[in-house]
Amino acid sequence: MSRLATDLETRHVLVCCGTGGVGKTTTSAVLALSAARLGRRAIVVTIDPAKRLADTLGLEALGNVAHEIPRERWDADGTAAAGGQMFALMLDTPATFEELVRRYSSNDEQTERILDNRFYRNIAGALSGTQEYMAMEKLHELHEEGGYDLIVVDTPPTRHALDFLDAPARLTRLLDNRIFRVLMAPTRTGLRIAGAALQAFFRTVAKVVGAEVIDDVVAFFRAFEGMEQGFRERAATMTELLAAPTTGFVLVTSPRSDAVREAEYFAERLAESDLEVAALVVNRVHPDFSEGRDAGALAARAAELASRAATAPPATHDAIARMAARYANLAEYAALTRREREQLDDAGTRIGAVTVAYVPSLTHDVVDFTALDTVASHVLSAGDTEALG
Amino acid sequence: MRHVRVEELCAASRVLIVAGKGGVGKTTVTAALATAAARTGTSVLIVEVEGKSGLATSFGVPALEYEEAEVRRGVRARTLTPDHALLEYLEDRGLRRISKRLVRSGALDVIATAVPGMKDILVLGKVKQLERAGVADLIIIDAPAAGHAITFLTSARGMLDSVRVGPVRTQAQDVLDLLSDPTRCRVMLVTLPEETPVNELVETAFALEERVGVSLAPVVVNAMPGDLAVAAHHLSSDVATAGLDIPSAELRALTAAAAFRHERHGLAREQADRLAARLPLPQIRLPYLFSEIGPTEVDALADAFTAEVRALPDTTLRDPAS
Repeated sequence: MSRLATDLETRHVLVCCGTGGVGKTTTSAVLALSAARLGRRAIVVTIDPAKRLADTLGLEALGNVAHEIPRERWDADGTAAAGGQMFALMLDTPATFEELVRRYSSNDEQTERILDNRFYRNIAGALSGTQEYMAMEKLHELHEEGGYDLIVVDTPPTRHALDFLDAPARLTRLLDNRIFRVLMAPTRTGLRIAGAALQAFFRTVAKVVGAEVIDDVVAFFRAFEGMEQGFRERAATMTELLAAPTTGFVLVTSPRSDAVREAEYFAERLAESDLEVAALVVNRVHPDFSEGRDAGALAARAAELASRAATAPPATHDAIARMAARYANLAEYAALTRREREQLDDAGTRIGAVTVAYVPSLTHDVVDFTALDTVASHVLSAGDTEALG
Repeated sequence: MRHVRVEELCAASRVLIVAGKGGVGKTTVTAALATAAARTGTSVLIVEVEGKSGLATSFGVPALEYEEAEVRRGVRARTLTPDHALLEYLEDRGLRRISKRLVRSGALDVIATAVPGMKDILVLGKVKQLERAGVADLIIIDAPAAGHAITFLTSARGMLDSVRVGPVRTQAQDVLDLLSDPTRCRVMLVTLPEETPVNELVETAFALEERVGVSLAPVVVNAMPGDLAVAAHHLSSDVATAGLDIPSAELRALTAAAAFRHERHGLAREQADRLAARLPLPQIRLPYLFSEIGPTEVDALADAFTAEVRALPDTTLRDPAS
């Protein structure tokens, strides 16, 4: 059995990370599907799936609620282990935030005051970072209450795909900010208790962004009063959950050098936080047609044929030219696959992932269960890479 | 039919924002477009807003900085991150002292949170300033990845709804004026010839037109695999006619590689045509290159860009409002 299959059988949380466009959502769905096929109760939490993949996962209309995908859809041939279940959920960031507010507010009046606040609506709807935080929050909730064997989380395609890790800490920092502690001070006189320097500061800020904005912020933090402790504790348990030995990170990349660099960068960050990279999944690897033939020799053959074609009589010219084109094409793929493999093996070594799975470039987008199964077979056939570890 | 020249495409508006889903090659397209424009004598400034290193690699130069640098003949490039834009914005208004304090106290994050799109507005506001100052004939913005590109470009509209007064509101209005004027600014969307990216490009195109009122330049379909043009001919008969003696394993390898290339070419064409059917915008199709993108590849893509622009109908540049 491959090492990744062991992960799918024993881990409780798998977090898929990677830069945009590398097939992170697909990989997340594949991991949940594979775990379900191994007999586990598995859920995939997606952030912003492509429409057709969302349809496949039955996510058309359902936001933020886990729902089970009927077994006959993901196990059409009936070969999956007994007891397996597959669930999917599409993260609705504002709805998750609202649930969180309701959970920690002491009464309906406080809830409504927060939900109506413009600053709150800004954060809930538009703030980059909120999505990451709410993905964490959803993970936490599913972990505490869902009864799942395995939760696979897709992460938002953020600039450097790192915000997810920082999300709980960032909120804590916001709550700990000195300015906000002043704003939160239990007084009716509001800003007047703040020092003169701080007042001046706020006046200046108000001049730039408008006093209304400051008023909204103050009102928001007032309304939030008493809730920050709950939030802070929750942030701490989220951080613990990420660091738990049953949690693993799956780095997803493509063979493109920029995506590989991002994956390495992410691996460094995970290592700094003592978080474990369970696997590196490389999607869209080109097939190796050359079977070990040397790209340079193939290119030389192409060039030789091309020069022969140039002086060949009309009867044979076209055929020789086409042979040159075929050799040039094979040479290009040979060089490409060699470069991809070298680059990825180096990256695998540096990242120190226990498993490196290569998924070939497929003809069509992976949007149905047949295609997900195909990808799964490649991901799971990944050999152990002790040599790389 | 009259054909379009690159300099005309570039003169249609001073600012071109290159946007698209992650991984489709925005940065490559930015580099190719800049190079093609510079060859016609157009002075170009590339503005990189995310602090990514791709552009520098494409041009084979050291990492970009806030200060402009010439990355190749006629093309200058610089970064413009939100933090820098904010500091500059405050300093321009005599608030240098507060800017330091904003950063030190961590209040910057809170204010950026309080005013959604604040950072985007500051970046776009700075772009507007560059445009007004006429720092280059063409300013190309390498925009953030798609989902975020919509947020990036809708920030001005959102800001007008949330901030009623003050200089930030003025800034937002100025940005909106820039974005909605096709003679000043257009968005060039980039995609790969694949199903999901094409679908997302169509959605982004409509969202941008409806929600921002921004005009779209021709779309770029990047990384189109070229046709090998051997599919109609049997390998065995070509081998015989050419008088070659090739081992059977090598014949199989040649066949498999050619078949793969042919299939990719067909699928890409299918997707590009599907895009054309769903989105009535002219297309610039750039070839797939096997090698990693560096200065040589950028030159090749600039050649392709120029050739594709020449093939566009001359209605391309017509002001959509007229």
